[in-house]
Amino acid sequence: MKHLISALVENKPGVLAHIAGMFAARAFNIDSLVVGRTEDPKLSRMTIVVVGDDRVVEQVRKQLAKVVPVVKVQDFVGQPIVARDLMLVSVVAPPEKRPEIVSLVEMFRGKVVDIGQKTLMIEVSGPESKIDAFINACKPYGIKSVARTGTIAMPRQAKSSPDAYGRL
Amino acid sequence: MESKPRAAASTTKTGAQIVVDTLIEEGVDTMFGYIGGVVLPLFDKLYDAPINFIVPRHEQGGCHMADAYARVSGKVGVVVATSGPGACNLVTGLATANMDSIPLVALTGQVRTELIGNDAFQEADTTGITRPVTKYNCIVEDVKDLARTIREAFHIASTGRKGPVLIDLPVDVAVSKYKADGPDEMDLPGYRVRTEGHARQISTAAKAINKSQQPVLYVGGGVISANASKELRALAEKANLPVTMTLLGLGSYDQTKPKSLDMLGMHGSAYANYAVQECDLLIAVGARFDDRVTGKIAAFAPNAKIIHIDIDPASISKNVRVDIPVVGDAKEILRELAKGVEHHERKKWFDKIADWKKKFPFRYDLDSKTIKPQYVIDEICSQTKNKAIVTTGVGQNQMWAAQFYKFTKPRQLISSGGLGTMGFGLPAAIGAQIADPKATVVDIDGDHSFNMTMTELATAVEHNLPIKVCILNNGYMGMVRQWQELFYGKRYSKTYLANPDYADLARALGAIGMTVDKKADVPKTVKEMLAQKKPCVVDFKVDREENVWPMVPSGKSLNEMDGLDILERLI
Ligand SMILES: Cc1ncc(C[n+]2csc(CCOP(=O)(O)OP(=O)(O)O)c2C)c(N)n1
Ligand SMILES: [Mg+2]
Repeated sequence: MKHLISALVENKPGVLAHIAGMFAARAFNIDSLVVGRTEDPKLSRMTIVVVGDDRVVEQVRKQLAKVVPVVKVQDFVGQPIVARDLMLVSVVAPPEKRPEIVSLVEMFRGKVVDIGQKTLMIEVSGPESKIDAFINACKPYGIKSVARTGTIAMPRQAKSSPDAYGRL
Repeated sequence: MESKPRAAASTTKTGAQIVVDTLIEEGVDTMFGYIGGVVLPLFDKLYDAPINFIVPRHEQGGCHMADAYARVSGKVGVVVATSGPGACNLVTGLATANMDSIPLVALTGQVRTELIGNDAFQEADTTGITRPVTKYNCIVEDVKDLARTIREAFHIASTGRKGPVLIDLPVDVAVSKYKADGPDEMDLPGYRVRTEGHARQISTAAKAINKSQQPVLYVGGGVISANASKELRALAEKANLPVTMTLLGLGSYDQTKPKSLDMLGMHGSAYANYAVQECDLLIAVGARFDDRVTGKIAAFAPNAKIIHIDIDPASISKNVRVDIPVVGDAKEILRELAKGVEHHERKKWFDKIADWKKKFPFRYDLDSKTIKPQYVIDEICSQTKNKAIVTTGVGQNQMWAAQFYKFTKPRQLISSGGLGTMGFGLPAAIGAQIADPKATVVDIDGDHSFNMTMTELATAVEHNLPIKVCILNNGYMGMVRQWQELFYGKRYSKTYLANPDYADLARALGAIGMTVDKKADVPKTVKEMLAQKKPCVVDFKVDREENVWPMVPSGKSLNEMDGLDILERLI
């Protein structure tokens, strides 16, 4: 099962190496790892998607918390969250297919961000499942290349609000 | 975060001077290390610093010395090395300390900041290389961070689950000047240690102990690290609990006391292993359920409820599911726990244990013509009245030392448990003797373990340390040979090497050397050895193919021990 783990870490050199090294040394299986700045310049947030049973993920959480520059660790399992991926995808798009592709992009609330001679670059964001669905929908046209950010997430504040597509 | 009082740092200092001053503020009076190009500024400041500085013959030796110094003194060990090869030579020592949770601070020189990443002369990515074998490491790129980083290193090394911390110091930082303005407090927002045990968990644990008919206390090195032996004893006495210890836990409970079950695990006592397998409550304190201790994990202590007291939350339920975890400092928790427990006689349980003890004590052939290695240890134990500090190599020598020397106090057995580092024994004896100059320090070593770091004999001679090195010389890598005998059809592949004449070697290096090849000479040679005031090496030509029994083969459960028949025949 996939777990989303969010870690607040000190924003200083070597932190990513400490964390990536720990994952490798303990043979933990990670799906994606995203690092970015937060509102506090001294802290970064890492969002990590880990694959494993509850016991493995429990160890991941504890081992992560043990890494000295890691300030806080949260496992979002069982919590309503919003989780998003951002993707840039370059799709083969000869002029006659473009209207079709553009309407597909609209259905997925994506954006065409660059127009080449034979391709369109499209930006789509959303939960992982939506991104995967968009890739599948584009496959018949031919995909030149894909760049994805990996998942970032935050817990929902209103506990009663619908879970939307936030769950992994 | 608390910080130690220190003189107002109002003068302009070089980075190297800041290092030395901060070390002294941290209470360092002894350190180990080896010089090189990029640490010249630091060594220049050490030239007239009030620090006893021991130079090993190899950085690995220096790191083991600092490690053993820490294990014996309870203080943080400090080791210095130059960049590149010097730093690389520390790796085995750091990994050894890391596996056994020993507080160390390692300082390594680094090439100038602007050269980092350029494959400069003697450049190595020291933080990259040592990251997996340290509790924490970092590089200091700005002299104004230096004092604080060193203080943080000592704090991290010596609190929580202790361990080695490495600081990499580029030479330009060591020579740049800085005048501190104002306080420079530690800044570790991600480092918190929970020391106080959860009160309700402690009372749940106390109730479980009171209800248990067949409890066993299973004690690891964490109890020694937490200086909690007294509290452990109090709990064992008050609640009437038998105590078994891991290799690193030996000494935390007096092995000459009837409630001691001695060591458990692969080469542990039959009575400890049976007791663990049959207990209804296992109280683990500062131990981590290592595979050498548990045997086949699925069959480990099958009927037991498990209490686990540990400072490291990550070690709880890592290998074995735990019913009652208590995270915190063992000393406090044991003290609290003792308040809630009652004395129960548990006669049936203790009778059963006494039967096992009677039937399967650690034994060897007393009537052999050859020198049995166990006999040598027996003799050392009785002549030192259970009071020596014992360091070991790795292999059979180490297991026999653990089985046949009966330790009475914590910090008495200094051995590489987690990593199993051959070559640890001699440098460890040096570090131990420096930490406790009055102690009798005996290195019970293997011939091939000794071969790995024997160059440090020169260090012992230089400092005139009266360490006693007892080589249990079977001419083999005995432990590996034992596995080849048992599991590889006696094909002794590469486990035999030509050895030097150790007594000659010792004399050449300025130590005393003796050789014993007659059983009858063992007692008087041990006596003579113990009387020496200089480093002394004794080459005991022991039985070449003696095996360590009992033995739980890899992948078997603790009650499936081999060799019990052999032990029984020795009665
Ligand atoms: C540095 C290192 N290399 C290899 C090993 C694997 N190993 C474990 S025990 C052993 C043999 C030890 O021989 P010796 O020191 O003579 O001890 P004995 O078992 O004969 O008492 C070896 C090679 C190790 N533990 N450490
Ligand atoms: Mg040997």
